[in-house]
Amino acid sequence: MEVFVAKSSAIAEGQRVLIDHKGQKIGVLRVNGALHAFLNLCPHQGGPACEGMLIHKIEEVIDEDKRYLGMRFHDRDVHMVCPWHGWEFNVETGASAADGKHKLKRYKTIEKEGDVYVVV
Amino acid sequence: MFYRSSTSAFDMSVESFNSAEHLENARKQADERGLDKVLVVDIDAHHYETDNFKEILELIEDPVLRQSATNMFAYKGPGALLIDQPGYQDGAGRITRYMERKHEKFPADGTPREVAQTLRWMDAMSVDYACIFPTPMLFMGLHPQVEVEVGLSRAYNRWLVEKVLPANKRLRSMLYLPFNDPEATYQMVKEFGGKPGVIGFMVVSTRYKPVYDNAYMKTYALLEEMGLPLSFHASYNWNDQLISLTNRFITAHALGFTLFNAVHCANWVINGLPERFPKLKTIWIESGLAWVPWLMQRLDNDYCMRTSEAPALKRLPSDYMREMYYTSQPMEMVNNRKALEVTFEMINAETQLLYSSDYPHWDMDLPSTIWDLDFLSEQAKRNILGLNAKRLFNLDTSDRF
Ligand code: FES
Repeated sequence: MEVFVAKSSAIAEGQRVLIDHKGQKIGVLRVNGALHAFLNLCPHQGGPACEGMLIHKIEEVIDEDKRYLGMRFHDRDVHMVCPWHGWEFNVETGASAADGKHKLKRYKTIEKEGDVYVVV
Repeated sequence: MFYRSSTSAFDMSVESFNSAEHLENARKQADERGLDKVLVVDIDAHHYETDNFKEILELIEDPVLRQSATNMFAYKGPGALLIDQPGYQDGAGRITRYMERKHEKFPADGTPREVAQTLRWMDAMSVDYACIFPTPMLFMGLHPQVEVEVGLSRAYNRWLVEKVLPANKRLRSMLYLPFNDPEATYQMVKEFGGKPGVIGFMVVSTRYKPVYDNAYMKTYALLEEMGLPLSFHASYNWNDQLISLTNRFITAHALGFTLFNAVHCANWVINGLPERFPKLKTIWIESGLAWVPWLMQRLDNDYCMRTSEAPALKRLPSDYMREMYYTSQPMEMVNNRKALEVTFEMINAETQLLYSSDYPHWDMDLPSTIWDLDFLSEQAKRNILGLNAKRLFNLDTSDRF
């Protein structure tokens, strides 16, 4: 079943829309040009994972002699952060950045004729 | 509120904040589990005394300290008297409520903002009663001027007892003890021990005073006589010689919050204080639970070989520790249920464990963390969530149940 979310123009890069579908909230967001949709329910303690910060994954900079030189933002991988405790999820897979096992429930999105839909 | 991200496309602006909306999913959890019908007592919750700091500073009794604190506050804010730590409690903006809660709005119905905000999150989480503690003051045990800890804690306790606790029966506190001054500690218990809403006293364990010092014995005796528990609330000191070897907040937090309580607890047991004060109840707060079996096993093993160094003990160290009380948060529950189950068995969780949320701090635990544990009986869940606290503090819960 396709559920209308918003006009495409309402979900620009880095923006999100939350819809209520039969009592469940679904967050739809656009990152690196692609749409992603998740149930707004964190596998940790049930927090509103889709309402938190979007931020690039942080990685360490290690030189060829294995020396630590600092940290930097990854140039592509983006995390969505649950605002309750800070669990981070890869927006392309919905998997927890910590162990990859805990996952957000994902939904397929469809963009046609300037509208965005989520398939539930 | 504006949050900077890694790139401007991800920068976030939040117009308004409401604790009930932030915790909407917690409310759903409580409804699904029927928690409104279960007594939930939260033994470790926090507020930010700095939200009312001006008012608190006015209650400082020493005129010289009050005058200087008032002027310092005017240009420096709460840092006027508090001692701060480097730290990233808000996860660099990831835990959004740190910034947002300051701007939360409430109807002007005469309820102090402090109380309205606390009740709002309590209702969302189905918490019936909460024992509230300060937040920035949790570092005051590190203040180089003992008299500043004494002056500020007396002012804070007066403010809490006169302005906050009387506003709603669901709010209680174990009052802050200025433990670096044993005489002031004793006076605090004597003066505030019987006040309404005061259910015990709390020592922030992050300090460098040994609990076995003879100077504290009269305070322990008084607490025992009054039937009031003594709790040790953890925090961290990143400047501690050992902890300063850590270079990330995650490490300073994971170790710091545990080690100070472990040291005081080990001293408490090995010096035989449970034998000297058999009726004094002790509570260890916010160190999680995994440290307890570790310390029990270490002490028991050594005690059997070095019994003469702890001649006051009549039983194994772990036997005393099993009679102490522990708060649940931050409960180690990510990926090893079996270890958690063994921990619950080793600490007699069914009678000794007290649910705590630590809300609004970043590592808070909801009541569902206890309710959803499949290895507990329903009675055990009810005990941990509220009945153990009711019994320990002799709480009158008739206004809720
Ligand atoms: S509930 Fe999402 S991080 Fe804890």
